[in-house]
Amino acid sequence: MITYLEAIREAQAKALADDPRVYIYGQDVGSFGGAFKATKNLAKEFPGRVLDAPISEDAMVGSAIGAAIEGMRPIIEIQYADFSTPGFNQIVNHAATLFWRTEVSCPITIRLPSGGTAGSGPFHSQSMEGLYAHYPGLVVMTPATVEDAYSMLLEAVAIDDPVIFCEHKYLYYHLKAEGLPTEALPVGKARIARQGRDITVVTYSAMVHECLAAAEDLVAEGYEVEVVDLRSIKPLDTDTVLASVARTGRLLAVGEAWPWGGVTAEILARVASEGFGLLDVPPRRLNAKNTPVPYHPNLWGTHRPTAQTVARALRELLRL
Amino acid sequence: MLDTDPRVSAPLSAREPFAQAYRWMLLARLLEEKLASLYRGGKIHGGVFLGKGQEALSASLGMALRKGDIFAPLIRDQAGRFAFGEDILDAVRTYLGSKLGPMRGREGNVHRGRPREGCYPMISHLGAMISVVCGGLMARRFKGETGVVGATCIGDGGTSTGSFHEALNLAAVEKLPLVLVVANNQFAYSTPNSKQFACNDLVDRAAGYGIDGHKVDATELDACLDVVGRAVERARTGHGPQLIVATLLRLAGHGEHDDASYIEAELKESALGRDCLREAECALLERQWASAAELDAWREEALRQIEEAVATVQREPAPDPNAENWCALSTPHLDDTFGH
Repeated sequence: MITYLEAIREAQAKALADDPRVYIYGQDVGSFGGAFKATKNLAKEFPGRVLDAPISEDAMVGSAIGAAIEGMRPIIEIQYADFSTPGFNQIVNHAATLFWRTEVSCPITIRLPSGGTAGSGPFHSQSMEGLYAHYPGLVVMTPATVEDAYSMLLEAVAIDDPVIFCEHKYLYYHLKAEGLPTEALPVGKARIARQGRDITVVTYSAMVHECLAAAEDLVAEGYEVEVVDLRSIKPLDTDTVLASVARTGRLLAVGEAWPWGGVTAEILARVASEGFGLLDVPPRRLNAKNTPVPYHPNLWGTHRPTAQTVARALRELLRL
Repeated sequence: MLDTDPRVSAPLSAREPFAQAYRWMLLARLLEEKLASLYRGGKIHGGVFLGKGQEALSASLGMALRKGDIFAPLIRDQAGRFAFGEDILDAVRTYLGSKLGPMRGREGNVHRGRPREGCYPMISHLGAMISVVCGGLMARRFKGETGVVGATCIGDGGTSTGSFHEALNLAAVEKLPLVLVVANNQFAYSTPNSKQFACNDLVDRAAGYGIDGHKVDATELDACLDVVGRAVERARTGHGPQLIVATLLRLAGHGEHDDASYIEAELKESALGRDCLREAECALLERQWASAAELDAWREEALRQIEEAVATVQREPAPDPNAENWCALSTPHLDDTFGH
């Protein structure tokens, strides 16, 4: 069995082994192996290519841009997605604009350990994907499975553009698979995680598992829920979403990020403008509450969508 | 190593580099005068930013660098760009938005470069280029290249950014061959030094980073060639990052839209307000390194190059929005085209 976190570590080991242009730069990633051990033993296996960085997210990302200009393919580990804000300027104004301005591509991968876990509080829990997806020039991946964590990270390193790789911390240890995949869907293609004919749930990352659990709960009530795992939110596979809504006539979009704007709003906007006639009832979305992410598990468990709140929203939509 | 008063020890430069630097300075000054006149005539979209007063410093840096080095010029580095090898057409095409320029109308004025040739184009966020040059140098080290220098410039205002600190610290930790030139021209747009920093001298910061610091009077070409040349050489020979703090006065507004009325006459008339180009010209004549007739010929040649470049570019096509590839990714199949 291999965990989601081990898959990320294995993907980095393979990227380092396969391509001498790849190196890893981030806080504590060297001999310590990273705050979550996503780079465990890599510094030893690949001497000089897994480097500890000072606590300087702006300079870490800036340096990756310079190295990419010179032909390297850096992987930057930001310790928590929340700490990408000090590096935000280099990501959105520099990495994301480089190719468009200069015709020189910027193949950097920025790993963001994302999303909430119990007890993590306001500054170690954030889901930043919608923020980065807003900017042109970035690819934003949000893997929900062990297999995708592995294959999409390898693709992220291979892609000639900056990739924001949102790996979910809640899945790091919880999620296990039999082994590493040998093939994968192309990036930009969503996956039907569960087939159903009554309603479509579009989601991504850790919320895929809450939605699958909710779908399972509704079986006893006679409902068949289709769950679409977006895999990458930019590009967003609008075709797969529309095709699913065409089959079910109902749409719920679920995301762990805050409700204003963002991925779930984008899904509803796309379906409303391109697939209005496919909808039998008004579409709906479910997000975290509009406050910072709370610390105590009681509060945190209510702040974010869960299988229970997803199931409730599904029932309400199905009864319309 | 800390040069507290380099002018005391600055040797007179040899004629050849001095005259060459003067010619880059002159070409930069005259090109910028032309650009300012085009701006006033409404021929340039957006701003025009002059390096008037900073040419000696900038040219000295460009000349100390070699092909194969990395240079990320800032807004007042036309002279250094020329010395590093920028074609005058790149400058004029970017200002006029020609689609044949390196930025193809997508970017303007000082936001230009050729990254593959080692000239990184700046973004507007001050301090951002320093860590990018650091990364370029890390890449060269990964590849086993030695003897490479990466240089970039910033103003007094840019030293207050977090990016400046993060990048200089990173360079120090990694012992990178970075040369960071701070042009303290006394004002960040309109904000004076007194509202920008509280240390006695910006060069004192070098000690805090554990790197070499150098001071130079940027109104003196001799001093610039000497101090910048030595700093670049120290970086090249493995002595780690070099911080150069140059003092000068900006002899223009922040941009051509700015009359710089906040700069007091007293300051303009002080030693700080001396024009490095005029000083260099006097030195050339005094040392008999050039005759008045030679100076005239150099000026005529510079003006001819400028007129030719401007005339060429003015005949070139503007970018066509219908022919534009509206895709920000180099992997077009990953572009999210919804709403296009």
